[in-house]
Amino acid sequence: MTASVLILLIIGLSILAFLAGRFRAARAQKNGRLKALPKHYGYYTAIWSGLPALILLVAWSALKPVYIHEQIREVLPQSVLTQSNASVDLYMNDILLAIQNNDTRDDPVLIRAVDRYQQLQQESNWILTVLVVLLGLSGIVYAMTNSLLRTQARSHTETVIRVALFICSGVAIVTTIGIVLSVLFESLRFFQSVNFFDFVFGTKWSPQIAIRADQAGSSGAFGAVPLFFGTLLISAIALLIAVPVGLFSAIYLSEYASQRFRATAKPALEILAGIPTVVYGFFAALTVAPFIRDLGQSIGLDVSSESALAAGVVMGVMIIPFVSSLSDDVITAVPQAMRDGSLGLGATRSETIKQVIIPAALPGIVGGVLLAASRAIGETMIVVMAAGLSANLTANPLEAVTTVTVQIVTLLTGDQEFDSPKTLAAFALGLMLFVTTLVLNVFALHIVRKYREQYE
Amino acid sequence: MNNTEQVKLSLKKRYAREKRFQWYGKIAVWIGFVFLATLLLDITLKALPAFQKTEIQLQVPIDWETLGLQPDTRIDPESLRTVDFGGVLKKSLREVFPDVKKRKDKKLLYRLISSGAEYQLRDLILSEPELIQQGKISLWVTADDDVDTFYKLKKSTSRIKPKQAEMIQQLMDQGKIRTRFNDTFFQNSDSREPEQAGIRGALVGSFWTLLVTLVISLPIGIGAAVYLEEFAPKNKLTDIIEVNINNLAAVPSIVFGLLGLAVFINFFGMPRSAPLVGGIVLSLMTLPTIIISARAAIKSVPPSIKEAALGLGASHMQTVFHHVLPLAMPGILTGAIIGMAQALGETAPLLMIGMVAFIVDVPGGILDSATVLPVQIYLWADSPERAFTALTAAAILVLLAFLVTMNAIAIYLRKQFERRW
Repeated sequence: MTASVLILLIIGLSILAFLAGRFRAARAQKNGRLKALPKHYGYYTAIWSGLPALILLVAWSALKPVYIHEQIREVLPQSVLTQSNASVDLYMNDILLAIQNNDTRDDPVLIRAVDRYQQLQQESNWILTVLVVLLGLSGIVYAMTNSLLRTQARSHTETVIRVALFICSGVAIVTTIGIVLSVLFESLRFFQSVNFFDFVFGTKWSPQIAIRADQAGSSGAFGAVPLFFGTLLISAIALLIAVPVGLFSAIYLSEYASQRFRATAKPALEILAGIPTVVYGFFAALTVAPFIRDLGQSIGLDVSSESALAAGVVMGVMIIPFVSSLSDDVITAVPQAMRDGSLGLGATRSETIKQVIIPAALPGIVGGVLLAASRAIGETMIVVMAAGLSANLTANPLEAVTTVTVQIVTLLTGDQEFDSPKTLAAFALGLMLFVTTLVLNVFALHIVRKYREQYE
Repeated sequence: MNNTEQVKLSLKKRYAREKRFQWYGKIAVWIGFVFLATLLLDITLKALPAFQKTEIQLQVPIDWETLGLQPDTRIDPESLRTVDFGGVLKKSLREVFPDVKKRKDKKLLYRLISSGAEYQLRDLILSEPELIQQGKISLWVTADDDVDTFYKLKKSTSRIKPKQAEMIQQLMDQGKIRTRFNDTFFQNSDSREPEQAGIRGALVGSFWTLLVTLVISLPIGIGAAVYLEEFAPKNKLTDIIEVNINNLAAVPSIVFGLLGLAVFINFFGMPRSAPLVGGIVLSLMTLPTIIISARAAIKSVPPSIKEAALGLGASHMQTVFHHVLPLAMPGILTGAIIGMAQALGETAPLLMIGMVAFIVDVPGGILDSATVLPVQIYLWADSPERAFTALTAAAILVLLAFLVTMNAIAIYLRKQFERRW
């Protein structure tokens, strides 16, 4: 609440600064030429007023909780402090709850802590407000007195904007680093309690940890092989559907279809890529899976109602557009001269396609298939809704299997304690997923790019 | 036999193969169409029942005595709190079926109407207190979801007892049961009872989440695109950023959910289930899409315009902000809308950050607990009750309608403002 008020305050001061700077420059302009337009002096003053205050606000908000935490520790009784760190955190939670519900349970320690907390909060807010206003005003004063009219106002302003733009493009890198660090850290903690090789090569997955130590399977088993295998099985089924259908429709649309048919058919197929995955999941779980089960029963096969086949088929439909549009791109990129040459030698169109165009476009097609595969491996909602939870190590597509993404979702939804191997296992799985898809992507993009250069 | 004859002999075979090959292509395209059509048709058919709700007509006695209030009590939420509206409705149900005497049968009878019907009656009296003077009103109350399914399908389900089927038949004969447009679906939020569940809360949640996403990803996306296209020096760092953005676009969405959970919720201590965190995660996810399309739009502005501006003495920054960006704006916005559509349909990362909670209230801001439309679909699809299937499909239709609208706007923008230089 106070943060938004302070931000409004900073914006207000900056507007004031802008007006002041512009006014002064505009008045001076009447007497002679300036180095920049009056509004640039306005921007310059506004930056001096707003930027330091904003940086202070951000830094303060980041450091405040740490400081308050330290201060509160001093009021807490020794008995709480000597326990683990977690109990102090718990106590902090109690304080927040007590403030929220306005109920201190008549616990003297808690009352003292709450009082101290509120006092600190208030002090912090006052000091911060005063500092922000002071910084904002002194920024204006500094900019105005610091021989405003002799500064290169425009180029200074532009430098600041340039830095801001650079920071914007840095967000992508920060995101990647954030992903790597968060997944890696939690995974390392997971591998402290579970052996890395047991995880990667173990064949038994049952992450439910018993409450009592003497219960059966109390330690939980974290062998991820069934998950990897289930993921591969479903992705393979998906690719078996998507690659032929996608490739053949790309060939037909780029080599045979009339311009008019292509103009409607291509966007229509791409609708398939725009449909949210949760919709596919619903379709797979409530329509395709029962249909396949009934079909199997009618010819005497025992099909699970959460069969890998159903999830795989629907996922295949979802990635058809990936395969077809990427293949389409590379097929149209094959130079017309190669087609003409082949046709001129008497080959039929299908012979030209099979023996000239496809071989020439093969690297690009492979790249597209790899991208589609990485999409299939990382796909979550279809398998969460249509595939099973039990970790079967089977190659039979009619049985239920589970995947990496399904397990991540099951482990992390619902109540959880953050330090148990069960939740940390989800991050280890996430790490595997991230690394696999990253390798596939880098490889695929590399192939596609290398191929493109060939004909340019 | 010379070569020409050999070729001529093989021609027939080769042409047949050519024909076959063309057919493979045609079949492949049609498989795609058939899948798409089946999907849409299946969902539409499943959704249709959800747009109708079944109502039962009751003669409800609402004089002061039945309500258990002193005559001329002021009608407000406080004074109505003690009133047993459920009892009133039960009484009027018994009047419709005077011959139902057994305790077990009565229970079945009471189960014909929705458990939310009493609130319906309460809200009516709250809004029109003068009705009490009439003593008795005729009221259409929402039927229970099992009755609803039974009435719409006109055939028995396992959840309707034979006795109840008889009662419904009797209501039908008397014309006291009907279907109406299901406005509850758009006015209510989530509920355990299918006939009271609606998508309003999820829609508002989606709105807040997308608002956060837009506010974060659009400025940052445009800023990054401008920097990379116009200002970035050709060096290692720029290369790394570019490769990074391309790879980020292909990271599975669930990994962004893990990032959100570990960094924003556990490290920064932001609230779980809040549109704020959901919006931040989704904006990190859509950022690559927006950057890539914005770069393409900026790149397509011809250099002659830039050179003209620079030649007239504008600085590089002025050229970009006064000329290049405005001209690239339609393209950038198209990309942004497509990115937003992608974010609107995304589910997996939001499951990670706890937006799967059962939330009855309509979220009032970006810090309230909320759920979004796709997550609501996921939650309902998981419900065992049959009536939720129709609701799920109906929610999907609403989601698809939004996506179609957004994409149509994007296409319109592109058609309207696209310039060939």
